[in-house]
Amino acid sequence: MSASNNSHDARTGTNAGPSPWFIAPALVLFVVFAIVPLFGAVILSLTKWDGLGSPEWTGMTNWRAVLTDPVTWTTIRLSLIVMVGSWVVQTPLSLLLGVWAAREGRTRAVVTTVYFLPLLLSSAAVGLTFKNLLDPNFGMTAMQWLGPLSRNWLGDRGTVLTVVIFIVAWHFVPLHTLLYQAGARQVPKSLYEAASCDGAGGLRMFFQITLPQLKYTIVTSSTLMLVGSLTYFDLIFVLTAGGPGYATRILPLHMYLTGFQAADMGRASAIATLLATLGLMLSLTLTRVTGFTRMESQQEGI
Amino acid sequence: MSAAALAQISEISARDAPRRRRPRLNIPGGMGALLWLLVVVVPIYWVVITSLRTQQNFFTDGALVPPSDPTLENYALVFEKGFARFFLNSIIVTVGAVGLTIAVGLMAAYTIVRSKRPLAKRSLSVFLLGLAIPAQSAIIPIFYMITRMRLYDTLLAVILPSAAFAIPITVLIFTNYLRDIPGELFESMRLDGATEGQILHRLVLPLCVPAISTTAIYNGVNVWNNFLFPLVLTQSPRSRVLPLALWTFQGELTINVPAMMAAIVLSALPILTLYVLGRRQLIAGMTAGFGK
Repeated sequence: MSASNNSHDARTGTNAGPSPWFIAPALVLFVVFAIVPLFGAVILSLTKWDGLGSPEWTGMTNWRAVLTDPVTWTTIRLSLIVMVGSWVVQTPLSLLLGVWAAREGRTRAVVTTVYFLPLLLSSAAVGLTFKNLLDPNFGMTAMQWLGPLSRNWLGDRGTVLTVVIFIVAWHFVPLHTLLYQAGARQVPKSLYEAASCDGAGGLRMFFQITLPQLKYTIVTSSTLMLVGSLTYFDLIFVLTAGGPGYATRILPLHMYLTGFQAADMGRASAIATLLATLGLMLSLTLTRVTGFTRMESQQEGI
Repeated sequence: MSAAALAQISEISARDAPRRRRPRLNIPGGMGALLWLLVVVVPIYWVVITSLRTQQNFFTDGALVPPSDPTLENYALVFEKGFARFFLNSIIVTVGAVGLTIAVGLMAAYTIVRSKRPLAKRSLSVFLLGLAIPAQSAIIPIFYMITRMRLYDTLLAVILPSAAFAIPITVLIFTNYLRDIPGELFESMRLDGATEGQILHRLVLPLCVPAISTTAIYNGVNVWNNFLFPLVLTQSPRSRVLPLALWTFQGELTINVPAMMAAIVLSALPILTLYVLGRRQLIAGMTAGFGK
């Protein structure tokens, strides 16, 4: 990245470059629909509002209710489980697949093309696909020969969270595989050649060359995964709507259901504020811990 | 992300690398890759073949056996349910939001890179803050504003917030791209008496075509697949977009699974076509801005 203020600019002397007004349209759009709402949520959390009439000031009532409600803590715990579970499932999987796909070969190129497909489906499509596929009455799991595998995966509190984590992985592993593939392509070939001369085996090369060389890719991918997992909303909403019971009601889902189904926008705003705080805290912590300089997109989950 | 980095990433899809000795056969790796291939393909295969079954055959045929009597009647049914309208709405929303983002993002990025006023430089950090805001936490106030602006249940209600949340990544990609363009180009144009508007139109715009297509693809896929904004900000079939249409179909077609699957196939078709036509560009677009 080169410095933009090079010496040639000095010739024009008084010219300070383009008018700052050029920034205005982007800034206005962004501030009005992203920054203002962030503070708006804090203000609305101090009101009682059913979504139709006007909000009424109620002070800390919503906050007291939210913070003393055991459901809030359950949903936070579930969000953290989904976050950690997603990382544990997706990281090794996409790392191995990415490293495998990074080598040349026609077969690998074709297979990699297919790997990418789930990422192109919308979360709603993925949710509905698996909801039907796993339906105990007429889905694929209703097939007789599956034996113990034929069960109500999404209706069982004991299995639903694990299944959700795997479906999220199905959707997002392609993106992370791609990142690892790009990373693995950039590992200097000479390292492997040298190791090969020293008689190192494939496994040893993986742990002593590939893995350390992919350090920054692991940081990038993990940051995206962890911060993004806080926003898995639509997939789980369509798949289980938070059920059975509260078994998959993660924080963003809890916010939506409280606000738009139970018509309690004030309380939902308090939950939204918790969510934003958690997201910002996580981003800042990850940035500090990993030295990852740019807090990257959360678009994954929108 | 610099242009060079983008080029490196798009090399992922470069087919023929320089000839070197064949990699040793990696049997566990190959087995694992094959297993994941099955995990990816089986659900997709199931969706496609189910969409071609009649409802009677759906209950009698084996789940993974090709349909005994393939039919397109499910697709016809989906179109009868107003699919073409939702299709058009999705296109309007996507083109609107992506176009708006690119227009305002390009102007902002050009100023951030070229202006010497500290204020302009500092505004970049405001945009970057947006990368850490979960859209969900802003949705209730957005709903409040949209209803007060009397935009509820219009396509504009979806376009404006979608564009706003696409701005941070867009500005980031554009500024990184514009920084790599030599300042002499802008200076010589200014010495020739061009106004800033002309520089923007005749120099910045053509130079940025690769960055524009990257952001267009990346944001386009996101907006096309977005569910939350349409769910909260629209209501009637008149302003329904595809992902939301899928979800409402589910209510209407409760146990007509083959029709549901046809709707899923149709909703994914445009992006899949895009993928087939421009795989390299699409992959570069998906990874752009994520660093290495």
